[in-house]
Amino acid sequence: MEQNIPHISIRNLNMKYGNNHALKDINIDIPNKKVTAIIGPSGCGKTTLLKTFNRLIENVDGTDIQGEVLVDGENIYAKNADVPNIRKKMGLLSQRPMPLPMSIFDNIAFGMRIHGERKKNVLKEKVEYYLQQASLWEEVKDRLNQPAARLSIGQQQRLCLARGLAVEPEIILGDEPTSALDPISTKHIETKFTELKEKYTIVMVTHILRQAKRIADYVVFMYLGEIIEHGPTLEVLNNPKHKLTQEYVGGVIS
Amino acid sequence: MNLRKAEEKLFNILMRIAACIIFGSLFAISFTILVKGIPNMSWDMISKTPSGGFYLGKEGGILNAIIGSFYLAIGATIFALILTIPMVIYMNVYASPNSRLSNIVRLCLDIMFGIPSIVYGAFGFVLMLFLGLKVSLLAGIVVVGLLILPIIARTMDEVMRNAPKELKDASFSLGATKWETAFKVMVRQSLPGLATAALLGFGRAIGDAASVIFTAGFTDNIPHSINDPVATLPLAIFFQLSSPIAEVRERAYAAALILTIIIFGISLLSRYLIKKYSKHTV
Repeated sequence: MEQNIPHISIRNLNMKYGNNHALKDINIDIPNKKVTAIIGPSGCGKTTLLKTFNRLIENVDGTDIQGEVLVDGENIYAKNADVPNIRKKMGLLSQRPMPLPMSIFDNIAFGMRIHGERKKNVLKEKVEYYLQQASLWEEVKDRLNQPAARLSIGQQQRLCLARGLAVEPEIILGDEPTSALDPISTKHIETKFTELKEKYTIVMVTHILRQAKRIADYVVFMYLGEIIEHGPTLEVLNNPKHKLTQEYVGGVIS
Repeated sequence: MNLRKAEEKLFNILMRIAACIIFGSLFAISFTILVKGIPNMSWDMISKTPSGGFYLGKEGGILNAIIGSFYLAIGATIFALILTIPMVIYMNVYASPNSRLSNIVRLCLDIMFGIPSIVYGAFGFVLMLFLGLKVSLLAGIVVVGLLILPIIARTMDEVMRNAPKELKDASFSLGATKWETAFKVMVRQSLPGLATAALLGFGRAIGDAASVIFTAGFTDNIPHSINDPVATLPLAIFFQLSSPIAEVRERAYAAALILTIIIFGISLLSRYLIKKYSKHTV
């Protein structure tokens, strides 16, 4: 896909939890093969918006979604949409890394297995490849059969990254992926993201402005369920046009 | 200040007393069964069926009831699992664990849990008349299965509901279907709890007397088919204890000892399984 064609386009998206209008008339294009950061104060709907991208939001009780989310031009909320395949296109890193209840090897192989890969030597090769992609291979190569839950939090998050990459997605979604991590693990993930944008479109939610500045190409600022301002990172963060953005960037609201 | 200290002390003492009563009861029960049971234990008790008018205190053992109890409890547990596993998975993976449907099912299970086992027995008897079944292992399995269904289902439900919420999301975001998420991720995560639930149900099934009295019946023989009546340990104890002959009444304690050992074994097994299956849980 071309660099300048949006990878994800959101059209008139509205979402309600019961009476709470959580997302209001969202219209935004997420650029292809760039890092886009969604920023804003707590409770402004950043994570909710991210979770509409792969329809995980539907698993939250009492949600009502209207509008369109186009991924590669296809509306993922269409009636005949193939939800597992839509989700396969996107790897997700959550706030708290969540390894699957199995060994390190099986964590990476799980996705490939459910999508039909059965050959042991292929699995072995690919597990190594994706663990290397996530810079985890060296640390775990001698204990692939150990439970993934025994890894440190930072290692678990890289495991989740490797696991997500192993199903060959086009997009990586990060929901404050470094908020539970120590500074060194955070740096690992940030470095990975800047490398990975060569091949993947990355969308991440963050509440750390400096992180957005460090790694994001585009920034989307949300406030109370609305997109207030969006554009190239430096433009939005250095010369915000809207008063709310100015206040947020200036630290008046947080 | 002194009042607060006294408060601390009082509760400390109360808690110790409660712990002593619990421990003491278990000790007293075990002691009684052991002291009265061991003299009446013999190899014949666990290797022979009653013969020569056992209930008049002559010879033989209670092998019929031991085997019968295992048949019945294993059958009832399998029957209950066949019904509960799909239901619990539906409640927690396919539907939302907090959906109205899941909560209604939970309420029904709680009501079922509260129904006394003699009522299950009476209901089973009516059901048997309706279906034209006679007193048999099959009828016992169905009724005891229904009796332990709420215990197994609620335990499993609690375990699945307590699995981390993000685990389902993690599985879904890899493109897993609900089926794959349920059986390859959630079941694996909940395995220790699922095994405990099954054993809890088994323990209840093997120990219940009231639900089997009209449905499984009693017999001196080991059943050869699912349509034969079957003896069970709790009923063997009951019949022995209500015998007019002192010697037979004494032998009830040997039967009670056997039943207690089985239940103790199940508790140990469930502890072992929890440890074994917890290796990979997150």
